[in-house]
Amino acid sequence: MPQSSAAKDSYQLPPKLFDARCKACWLVLGVLLLVVASFATLDLQWAQFWSWGALQKMGRFVGELLQPETSARFVGKLLPAMLETLAMSALGTLLAAALGLALALPAARTHAQDPARWRGATRLWLNALRSTPELVWAALLLIAAGLGPFAGTLALGLHTAGVLGRLFAECLENATPGPAFALRVRGVDEVRVFFYATLPQVLPQLLSYTLYRWENNIRAAAVLGVVGAGGLGQMLAFHMGLFQMGETSSVLLAMLVLVALVDALSYAMRRALSR
Amino acid sequence: MPHATIDALPATALMPPRPTVRDPAWRARVFWTLAGLALLWPMGVLTEFKPWVLLEPGALKPALNFVGAFFPPRTDAEFLALLLRETWRTVAMATAGLTLALLLAIPLSLLSVRVLSLSGLAGRMTLGAAVMRQCVRWLLLVLRSVPELVWALVFVRVVGLGPTSGVLAIALTYSGMLGKVYADILESGDAHATSSLMRNGSGRLQAFFYGLLPQNAAELTSYTVYRWECAIRSSAVLGFVGAGGLGQLMDSSMKMFNGAEVASILLVFMALVWLADRMSSALRKNLG
Repeated sequence: MPQSSAAKDSYQLPPKLFDARCKACWLVLGVLLLVVASFATLDLQWAQFWSWGALQKMGRFVGELLQPETSARFVGKLLPAMLETLAMSALGTLLAAALGLALALPAARTHAQDPARWRGATRLWLNALRSTPELVWAALLLIAAGLGPFAGTLALGLHTAGVLGRLFAECLENATPGPAFALRVRGVDEVRVFFYATLPQVLPQLLSYTLYRWENNIRAAAVLGVVGAGGLGQMLAFHMGLFQMGETSSVLLAMLVLVALVDALSYAMRRALSR
Repeated sequence: MPHATIDALPATALMPPRPTVRDPAWRARVFWTLAGLALLWPMGVLTEFKPWVLLEPGALKPALNFVGAFFPPRTDAEFLALLLRETWRTVAMATAGLTLALLLAIPLSLLSVRVLSLSGLAGRMTLGAAVMRQCVRWLLLVLRSVPELVWALVFVRVVGLGPTSGVLAIALTYSGMLGKVYADILESGDAHATSSLMRNGSGRLQAFFYGLLPQNAAELTSYTVYRWECAIRSSAVLGFVGAGGLGQLMDSSMKMFNGAEVASILLVFMALVWLADRMSSALRKNLG
């Protein structure tokens, strides 16, 4: 009898707040525990942060940041650093695209008969490249390449190669197999199959991934200099270390301008590609 | 035997005339290659791109020595305990930073969502409401366009070395990212349920909790988990400017050219990133 059961339902208590069988409850509990444990174990110095002295310091900082240094001499130093950062990001991305594609080929199983012997090993390498951040790569490479933008470029290239290699491999695996199959059954060798069937199909997507990573890399290149890898970051660390807030503020503005510029450029290029 | 008859004929009689093998697009290809090289040259000069520097004995020897010291990684109990503490600190910094970021991002995204505008129901939003929403959007833009490393550099000057500056840096940058994406997610869905709730007299918060939030909860959670993974990566890096955690440990080991310690830290770092990646993708898969 539906009526009576409906009537009974309305008397039922609301569901319990915590149910031992409910996965989501455990998840929420775990997250809460993680958050509480994080705040409890970190020696966060809120008292110091909100103290009068720190607030005054902060206020002075912000006040000085609002007066960027615009003397011709300083802008003359800023522009080459901007160009250097731009070149670092672009060249690093280019290197990454080349290395990423080279690694993506063995990391992709393009057709069912492909033995893809190196797939697992290459993917492991790609993961290792990817999971080490640019800044760590830069710090490591400084030992071999010395201070300066070269180490930064290589660092960007290595980290991004890991990212792009994985994306490229997925692209290659997801490409429509028809054209490649058609060439392969006619006995065309693998190199030509790649250049005439697979690559033309996936090229727009590869380019769009590369452009997207370029946008990320200009942000990374701007701060890489903090460990001594050239460009705007090096200027930022230098002037901030000397508490020259006017110069620091100009460098920050230059970073924002550069990022906005690259974003616009990459957006326009991706629009042109997708048309 | 048909083959025999074909073989008997002269080969040229059956073959179509051989097509001219020429690339129709060669002009464009040559042009773009040359243009690319012309563009590449100044970039190489600007970045001091000299790969042979790496192979000079002066640079090669210390680098090889350093890398040679990677094996075996340092694994004594004392160092492992330190490593474990710094790893936890990295995770805790990311989690605490993200929690603070949420405290800032949720109100800001609610303020900037156009769907929750009462005057917008009648057609156009009033001027004040539109200006306020645009201002909040600009605030979010400013917050997220300064990299967390720069925020950390600033805060290290104000509060001194330690995790406080790292947590604050993550909180500020990530509140900008989260706020913007939350607002985008909330606006991208179907606004019908929300607007009909508001048309029938519910408050804006009620409309959010009963209309907008249930629709988008899975997507919002999944993005937050993904950002947590990113926060772990950046909190490890923030140590390089003195914000504590794995990065700081690595920085000091690197300055002492201690390859064995650097190798252990790198391994732990990769394991941590891999674990966060796995966890976040498993959670996101469960969310659907």
